[in-house]
Amino acid sequence: MIAVRNVTMAYGDFVLMRDLDFEINKGEVFVIMGGSGCGKSTLLRHLIGLKEPAAGEIHFGDVNFTTADQRARDSILRRVGVLFQSGALYSSLTLAENIGLPLEEFVPELSKVEVRELASLKLALVGLAGFEDFYPSEISGGMRKRAGLARALALDPEILCIDEPSAGLDPISSKLLDELILELRDSLGTTVVIVTHELASIFDIATTSVFLDVTSRTMTAMGPPKDLRDHSPDPAVREFLNRGVLPPEVSA
Amino acid sequence: MSISSRRPSIEVRRDSDGLVVTLGGDWDIHSGIASIAEVESQLTAAAAPSRIAYVADEIGSWDSALLTMLLRIAEAAKAQEVPEDRAGLPEGVRGMLELAEAVPEKGDIKTHEKKHVLFVTQVGLTTIDVTHSLTGMLDFVGEVTIALGKWVTGRASYRKADLWLAVQQAGVEAMPIVALVSFLMGVILAFVGAIQLQQFGAAIYVADLVGIAMVRDVSALMTGIVMAGRSGAAYAAEIGSMQVNEEVDALTTSGVSPIEFLVLPRVIALVCMMPLLTIYSDFVSILGGMFVGVTMLDQSFAAYALQTEGAVTLTHVIGGLVKGTTYGAIVAMAGCLRGLQSGRSSLAVGAAATSAVVTAIVLIIAAAGIFSVLSYVLGI
Repeated sequence: MIAVRNVTMAYGDFVLMRDLDFEINKGEVFVIMGGSGCGKSTLLRHLIGLKEPAAGEIHFGDVNFTTADQRARDSILRRVGVLFQSGALYSSLTLAENIGLPLEEFVPELSKVEVRELASLKLALVGLAGFEDFYPSEISGGMRKRAGLARALALDPEILCIDEPSAGLDPISSKLLDELILELRDSLGTTVVIVTHELASIFDIATTSVFLDVTSRTMTAMGPPKDLRDHSPDPAVREFLNRGVLPPEVSA
Repeated sequence: MSISSRRPSIEVRRDSDGLVVTLGGDWDIHSGIASIAEVESQLTAAAAPSRIAYVADEIGSWDSALLTMLLRIAEAAKAQEVPEDRAGLPEGVRGMLELAEAVPEKGDIKTHEKKHVLFVTQVGLTTIDVTHSLTGMLDFVGEVTIALGKWVTGRASYRKADLWLAVQQAGVEAMPIVALVSFLMGVILAFVGAIQLQQFGAAIYVADLVGIAMVRDVSALMTGIVMAGRSGAAYAAEIGSMQVNEEVDALTTSGVSPIEFLVLPRVIALVCMMPLLTIYSDFVSILGGMFVGVTMLDQSFAAYALQTEGAVTLTHVIGGLVKGTTYGAIVAMAGCLRGLQSGRSSLAVGAAATSAVVTAIVLIIAAAGIFSVLSYVLGI
């Protein structure tokens, strides 16, 4: 579904990660993990076209996303839903309008009532039924995050990218969010790409994962996280997944 | 949509047990959301069905369009108290519906309907608002004064680097735009004067007109207005976004006064730079007048300069500087005040910046009026 081919990520002359090479298959819950500041979120920004790789290519299906023109990119991105770390809701719009915006923009066939109904459905899916007319500033951080997910789901995306799903959520909400992600995957066949370092969440939902190592500046492991925890040849990966000697993680 | 996609279909029939809804085809939001009129009419028929069952063997791909339609049926069925049997639906659909219904809808749904307010009430509310806003402004001026007192005695907590940065931004970086505006103001005044004065053969007095008008009033006024748009708006936007990021709260809780840390350097910088910018503006605007005098009115540099020197007195210059300094204080305080009062959204930051500029310009014009009356009364 998504293929990352020999990608190097850099800010100017500073190389963040090199030689990233992996594939994300349909229906997977793919976790990008690694210590703080290793470039997990940056990798996600590369996948959704907010940053260009310094070298290498990213493919979506048969399309080379890196060399594609803007129109081709837009049509790919329409199949991708993104939940940013803090929700990134448009503060001047109500929740229903936030979710309705992509629908109005890309599904002109829908009437106003239908857009509203779809927005209500998405809000109900994330447990926010009845909050249609609230502004983002009127709800809590956790609710904003869920509303952000509702907006990411607006166009029934094939691929859902989530940056730090559990950051700022209490354990129960974060567990519910994990269950929601799994339900979406099972029911709709959505491919989910998650950036996180929340171990509980990683073991609960990830089918495959890639580990970005901050010292060697490349990916050092790939596979189901439970296997990596027990059998990875790289001690740094085992330490990370066993809460080893690495300093405790604080969500950025 | 693939070419092979089939239209979504919905068929309703009655059997002995109740209503059977047969679904088929590909459900895609691009083909809209199917109507449930038929189901509704069956539900409200004289002999209401005992339950609703689904047959969905023919269903192809589906998305939110199907879910929304099913939720419509669920709502209608609930209203008629007819139970639903969802066993016939695909597993994924059942899962999503359960998820959507897991959390009950929030009871006290909020509406944004505007309540009708009596005119008298509106007047009262506005009066209270205005009073609050005025006391807020006075409070702020008071706090800044106290902070200035602390600064003078060396007890204020702020970073020197911030002060110098503010000085640079409100000083050197403002020079090009101030020069442009001042030069053009000088040119405009010279032209306005020349047309009238030439009729009396007194074109040389253009120098007096430009010199006195610019040095006494207009330089300070124009510089103030330019700085309101430039620095005042920037201050409001900077401090406003700090409000959004809770940076101001972080300062307060760490025991640092936002007034001393954020407002003080900006106010001091602008109050110190404004007189310099005013003098600079005086000079450039006289050059503007001179440009018109020399190129259009056949005057010599020396004659124009001498005439200006004779007309402009030290009192004019000092008056202009006092005004400029006052306007600087107004711009800085209006910008910082609106920034601190900003709400916590991107929209509010924009409103704060707009409000900072409007407040500053209105207050500058009001202050200019007061200065004019004062100088008339005092005979300056």
